[in-house]
Amino acid sequence: MKLSAQLVYGLIACILMVSAPHAEHLPLWVSAVCAALLAWRGYLNYSGNPLPARWLLLAVTVACVLAIAVNFHTLFGREVGVTLLIMLATLKLLELRAVRDVTIVVYLSCFIIITNFFYSQSIPTALYMLLTLLVIMATWVHMQTGALALKPRLRIAGILLLQAIPLSLIIFVLFPRVQGPLWGLPQDAYASSGLTDRMAPGSMSKLSLSDAVAFRVTFSGKVPTREQMYWRGPVLWDFDGTTWTRGHNATLQRPTLADAGMPVDYTVTLEPHNRRWLFALDMPARISIPADFAPDFQLLNRTPVNARIRYNATSELSYRANPGEPPQQLRRALALPPGYDPQARKLAADWRARSDSDIALIRTALNYFNQNGFEYTLEPPLLGFNSVDDFLFNSKKGFCEHYAGSFVFLMRAAGLPARVVTGYQGGEYNELGGYYILRQSDAHAWAEVWLQDRGWVRIDPTAAISPARIQNGLNAALPNDAALPFLARTQSPLLLKLRFNLDALTNQWNQWVLGYDTERQFAFLTRLGMEDITWQKLAIDMLAGVALLVGIFTLIMLRRLTAHQIDAVQAAWLKVCRKLGKAGLPRAPHEGAMDYAARIAAMRPDIAEGIRDIAARYASLRYGGETEQEVLAAFRTAVRAFKL
Amino acid sequence: MFTTLKQGFRNWAFRRAVESGTLVLNQRRIYIIPSRQGFGFAFVLALMLLGDINYNLSLGYVLTFLLATTAGMTMLHAFRNMAQLEIRAGHVDPVFAGEQARFVFHFNNPGTLPRYQLHLHDDDGRHTVFDLDAQRSTPIELAIPSTQRGWLDSGRLTLYTHYPLGLFHAWTYIHFDVRCLVYPRPAAPQPLPAASVRDGTGKYLAAGDEDFSGLRNYVAGDAMPRIAWKALAREQGLQVKQFSAQQGQELWLDWSLLPNIAQEMKLQLLTRWVLDADAQGLLYGLRLPDSEIAPQHNAGHRAECLRRLALYGLVET
Repeated sequence: MKLSAQLVYGLIACILMVSAPHAEHLPLWVSAVCAALLAWRGYLNYSGNPLPARWLLLAVTVACVLAIAVNFHTLFGREVGVTLLIMLATLKLLELRAVRDVTIVVYLSCFIIITNFFYSQSIPTALYMLLTLLVIMATWVHMQTGALALKPRLRIAGILLLQAIPLSLIIFVLFPRVQGPLWGLPQDAYASSGLTDRMAPGSMSKLSLSDAVAFRVTFSGKVPTREQMYWRGPVLWDFDGTTWTRGHNATLQRPTLADAGMPVDYTVTLEPHNRRWLFALDMPARISIPADFAPDFQLLNRTPVNARIRYNATSELSYRANPGEPPQQLRRALALPPGYDPQARKLAADWRARSDSDIALIRTALNYFNQNGFEYTLEPPLLGFNSVDDFLFNSKKGFCEHYAGSFVFLMRAAGLPARVVTGYQGGEYNELGGYYILRQSDAHAWAEVWLQDRGWVRIDPTAAISPARIQNGLNAALPNDAALPFLARTQSPLLLKLRFNLDALTNQWNQWVLGYDTERQFAFLTRLGMEDITWQKLAIDMLAGVALLVGIFTLIMLRRLTAHQIDAVQAAWLKVCRKLGKAGLPRAPHEGAMDYAARIAAMRPDIAEGIRDIAARYASLRYGGETEQEVLAAFRTAVRAFKL
Repeated sequence: MFTTLKQGFRNWAFRRAVESGTLVLNQRRIYIIPSRQGFGFAFVLALMLLGDINYNLSLGYVLTFLLATTAGMTMLHAFRNMAQLEIRAGHVDPVFAGEQARFVFHFNNPGTLPRYQLHLHDDDGRHTVFDLDAQRSTPIELAIPSTQRGWLDSGRLTLYTHYPLGLFHAWTYIHFDVRCLVYPRPAAPQPLPAASVRDGTGKYLAAGDEDFSGLRNYVAGDAMPRIAWKALAREQGLQVKQFSAQQGQELWLDWSLLPNIAQEMKLQLLTRWVLDADAQGLLYGLRLPDSEIAPQHNAGHRAECLRRLALYGLVET
């Protein structure tokens, strides 16, 4: 065991491979410093120059740690921990002096792989993990075998991994899952993406650029039309002139659905977004997991959703929502910040004076949007201090948040209680998997107004200006040159099919690998026929399965320890003898091949020619000094063809 | 203290008779325990598992289990790296005390798999490493320094491997009935004794000095007076004068004629003389208190004399 140049290159490759996926979320300077250190190590290795002195290395290390501390303002937490780990592993490469150091680098690189899973656990990540493991194993083997060439090293590493895969599969399926965190997690444990509880001009359009999956839905029965698919998320009440926020509900009353009808059942698999809200079709009536119904029909999980969860829910498509809304809630739904947007207020007052009913008022507003040259665009111009006025009378270009926000403003100004609802609209059907995919690009905002006797009624002003958005989705509503995520674009049928296949695969991966929790484990094992699942049983089955596989591996592996000199000629001849023996014509122990053939030929004229030919070939190969491969091959063919 | 306890435990736990013939390593002879690196890796795996549970990382579980099963399987690989090896002790050449005794063991790998990084060492840390190709037989030499004359036992040797990942220490003990004959350390160069007057010829060795027969190259142990200084002055290198009269002369190397010095010193002196007499082509005999070898001059005679000297006073076991 010595630190050969080859081994050092292997270690550099290990560190490079495990830290490369982190490059996208590490500070740029950290990536640059690590790359420089790796290059320096590579050069030292190539030129054969000695490693830097300890004091220099110590100085660089202290400087790096200080810089990280300054950059992150802390040395604790996940992000900074990962950064430190990568930095120190890279620096360790410059301090390889003994076998112990090599071992540490190998262990560190194994550990760094796992930190990558905080950011991604997709199928490509898994495949990359296998590739990384192969490189690490090959380096590891190198450490133990010294001068072995790359190819046999890779072969040994590959065999080790291939043997480990079925074994770890058994353990993965049967290892008792422990629910939940073992101790309190730091706040930064999960990245959050998706809808927030704030809506400012530009927030939705920004979200539309992401094709990340928000959730997937399987309907069990009747499927609503696309126009009915409003997936309700945070309800926004408070407006400060630019931003709509959720605020605090004035009452804690449970919402009520009167005259509910047209129930729909479905299952949602929600991607983690680190917020409490759950998404459900307007209006949710029941949900299978413990969740709170906010007074505004918003579903709130008890804890932030930081792992993929699955729930069944029932929604009513026809309803009267909270027809008896308490007055303090209605007052909230009329509040406007003083001093903002005088023009809009004036317009609303105008409308109110001309309308004889709330319905007529709403129609006037929608007509206004429809007939005054408003445009639906992902790139709306920036708005001024009076954002609603600016939008309504100047730019007239906006995304759903502009329409929903200004509509609610106008309604409130006209004295009709209204609020903004955010969530997702529509969904893309995956035929292969039989489910709908909701992406961040499906994020949407609409309005709800409260009408006497009818309660809260959904009004989507975006539909007034761009009905295509609601009927066919975002890509249909936008001009072709708009910057849209690749996946949201219309594509050729082939690409579309490929995309659905990939997503169905991802979904299976999510359900079976990433979402394999206690519940799913029990369900799966019960389906396999296991009853009364207990920890002890799981452990015993796991050990038994592993032992069985290891036993099989042992048999296969130990087979090649003692060589058997196989005489191909003899083996083929014995095969013929066995065939004849089965037919009741066994060879006597004293009988030579030619004698035996002569006796068989006399007894069975039908096969006389065949057996004579085989015996002649055998004798020539065995005693005649024939050694050519073709002759042997012909002999074996003759043996195979010999039938009784 | 701890070392002696450990040694004692090992002797008790792994006691085995001394082997002869060919030894085949099987599961009863191969012991495996996790190495220090193995325990370290188990610690890393435990940390990873804690992280998986805490952060609910499914792919983390996959990685942890993959590494754990790989680590576990290396135990089997380590075993296979040694299993079914055939070992047989080879011939050991005698050495002089203070030299390295070269014990040779023939390793045969009958299988179709190469064996990697087999370490052979004795309890004092003498060490050799080798690979064994498939279906190949290789002699492996382990050098053990000799300190005193007599028989040198190879002692119990350890054959171990850390292949493939160093997580397991698989080892076996081999103790063959081979020993190395260690001759006494030759004393510093001394002039040979005068041919004994008691041999009946009445001649003195000095008489033979008269007939100069030529020069030959110097070999270690040649007496100083015989060096051809004139030849050296002529820059012909270090050469020694030869005297033909010595041919046929009988020289007795006699224990009883030695001055009263320690027994080991006597043996060393006699060893030196045997070597010198042999190098000079003399007919010489050896007389020890318990035995006598008649004068002769050939390789077998030299070996027999040295053997008597090596084993003088020792109880054969």
